[in-house]
Amino acid sequence: MTEIPLPDGALLRERPADHTTLADLRPGDSAVVCCVRQGENKRRRLLEMGFVSGTTLRFVGVAPLGDPLHVEVRGYQLSLRRADARGILVRAS
Amino acid sequence: MESSSAQASRLLAVAGNPNSGKTSLFNRLTGLRHRVGNYAGVTVERVEGTMTFADGETRRVVDLPGCYSLSSNAPDERIARDALLGLLPDTAQPDAVLVVVDASNLERNLYFATQMLEVGVPMCIALNMIDVAERHGHKVDAAALEKELGVPVVPVVARTGQNFDKLRESIREARRGQRLWRMPAEAEEALNDLHVAVQACGYLPTVSEEAEALRRLCHARDEDPFLARGGDELRAAVTQARARLEAASIDREALESEFRYALCEGIVERVRSDTGEGDTRSAAIDRVVTHRVLGPIIYILIMGLIFESVYTWAGPIMDGIESATGWLGEQVARLLGPGMFTDLMVNGVLAGVGGIIIFLPQICLLFLFLSILEDCGYLARAAFLVDRVMRGVGLHGRAFIPLMSSFACAIPGIMATRSMEDRKDRLVTMLVAPLISCSARLPVYALMIAAFIPKGYQGFTLLSMYVLSVVAALGAAWVLRKTVVKGKPATFMMELPSYKMPAWGHVLRTVAQRGGVFVKQAGTVILAISIILWFLATFPRSDEAVEAEAKTRIEQGASETDTANWAGGEKIRRSYAGRLGRAMEPVIEPLGFDWRIGVGLVTSFAAREVLVSTMGIVFSVGDDVDEGSVALRDRLRDAKRPNGTKAYNGLVAISLMVFFVLACQCMSTLAVIKRETNTYRWPIFCFVYMTALAWVGSFIVYQGGLALGFG
Repeated sequence: MTEIPLPDGALLRERPADHTTLADLRPGDSAVVCCVRQGENKRRRLLEMGFVSGTTLRFVGVAPLGDPLHVEVRGYQLSLRRADARGILVRAS
Repeated sequence: MESSSAQASRLLAVAGNPNSGKTSLFNRLTGLRHRVGNYAGVTVERVEGTMTFADGETRRVVDLPGCYSLSSNAPDERIARDALLGLLPDTAQPDAVLVVVDASNLERNLYFATQMLEVGVPMCIALNMIDVAERHGHKVDAAALEKELGVPVVPVVARTGQNFDKLRESIREARRGQRLWRMPAEAEEALNDLHVAVQACGYLPTVSEEAEALRRLCHARDEDPFLARGGDELRAAVTQARARLEAASIDREALESEFRYALCEGIVERVRSDTGEGDTRSAAIDRVVTHRVLGPIIYILIMGLIFESVYTWAGPIMDGIESATGWLGEQVARLLGPGMFTDLMVNGVLAGVGGIIIFLPQICLLFLFLSILEDCGYLARAAFLVDRVMRGVGLHGRAFIPLMSSFACAIPGIMATRSMEDRKDRLVTMLVAPLISCSARLPVYALMIAAFIPKGYQGFTLLSMYVLSVVAALGAAWVLRKTVVKGKPATFMMELPSYKMPAWGHVLRTVAQRGGVFVKQAGTVILAISIILWFLATFPRSDEAVEAEAKTRIEQGASETDTANWAGGEKIRRSYAGRLGRAMEPVIEPLGFDWRIGVGLVTSFAAREVLVSTMGIVFSVGDDVDEGSVALRDRLRDAKRPNGTKAYNGLVAISLMVFFVLACQCMSTLAVIKRETNTYRWPIFCFVYMTALAWVGSFIVYQGGLALGFG
């Protein structure tokens, strides 16, 4: 077993204030995940799908009726609802 | 067939992420013969097959539900985890696990694979879709990955079977894996303490207790029998270990994911060389099919095409089945000669079962199209497009396809809900799908409209019934979500997989499997109820009394055909079914229905269109009627109550149609809901709420109409 370096502050609860949410991005934008703020089950699922601190993601587009959103993360495509995306805090990459 | 019972009892589990090609790989590994069922007590499908090694040794193989992680509480993932730990009553702990990893989506697939390493069951890895990965410009070094993970890794293409000989051999070389990452000292100490506590409970079989300790440390779990068995000591140990993390300002919920993804990123960096730009083809297709204007148009065109084809292509085959059943009936009748048993076989068994088998072509076609769409990746986009509408009434994005299918027949619709992960989402969809106006209601509408609705209003009336059914289904979903199946739809997080050509073998297998399930499950129940209905409509026999009275009538100058028709109806009136109809009169009278419709309501419980032939029998125009029959139409118009007034009019017709829109007059639907939910509770609930809705709906129509001076 080897020590694996994590991004700075990855396991701390305190987060920098200069963030926006995934739901606020525009199609084509890229951003880096700060943290996920959701109830435990939803949060776990988002983390397992790859939204951990420091992950780069790309906002691909929005469904014709405004929801859900189409996001690229870790090289795969994912659709998620706006309400869930609001819990994913990001900063510009 | 098996070389020895000891070998035959060895079990291999196939596990992997959804969309990793796990099912294709399982199918290719095990060939054509599968046993399909459910895991005990849950609706998660269990598929088992047998694989053969090069030297002829065989092994049982079970296909575990696709999952993203072993930590979650989703039913599929719980089943997968419990199966791996050997905690399921009907599935022994596997001797080895074959983990399918999608090479074109390596990081997230490795997340699951590295969790599997820690479970401690011997495992090997099928590195699937290497062709797709290469097309996307990713070259994955399988040998390097094998070295990183410490278990055999074989690059394969499940869709073509490439490298499967080697894959089979690697299954024999499956090895136990281990944890490949370390946390900060505080976290490791907390984990270690909890590990000791889990060991002390001694409730886990031979697999890694450390993995279980990690799950308990990081993730809240629903109360389960194993935590209960661990008792207060285990609970206290969990609380204590978590407190240690808290003291060190470590976020326990993110702990596992952060480290595991960091591990996976490192592995991917070392084993994968990137040369291309990723999946540009899928991106280009997505720009068109999820486009703001083009997307919905393409969607409507595809759905329209499917449902049009389900009707038009299935038509000739359905006619063929109908005449085949008819021919078979004639042959049976000729072979057996007249008698009770012949009557049972022809009018009970063949009529009942044949009436259901007739829907098989529609079901096969629908699943053919659905599995093509699913396999090529469009189905996920379709759900993406309509999710907003579905969300409004508390339905999942994936509910749209089952509900659309229900316009043909609720049975394939309910079966199509299997694509939904969340139990409640699935349940709501299953409970409202029977409200969507299916093709079996059409003969009822056609008869009533032709008989009682003036020309010029006929098309509008028919359309109204369809609109009513959609409004009722969406409304019912909304109400159910507020009451019986409380809660919001699950997080709609859905992978949008790369587009690819459908794997035809897989598509055809799905069609055959779904068709087979339909024939077997619905068929057995239909058979039983058909026989019961036949008995109810035949007994007690009043032949002699009725014949005697018929003779008197003819002597008094009545025509022979009229009398024969009267006799047929009179026999039914005196049968148990007829008595039941008359007993129902007080309940259905406020809706404008008399005992004859009452009999129809009972018999059409077998299938809605049976109402038409029942009315035919009751109104004595002979058994063989269809909805276009002028005689039946006229008889309905002329039918009298005992007091001499007209029995039916336009208002009764509308009331009856509304009843048929809303009522669950279909035992096969209920049988399928029973099968899919594994309990009698939901089919009973469905029947009760829909019948109540239908009664109230018809009551409002009929009494409201009377109050307004119609009828």
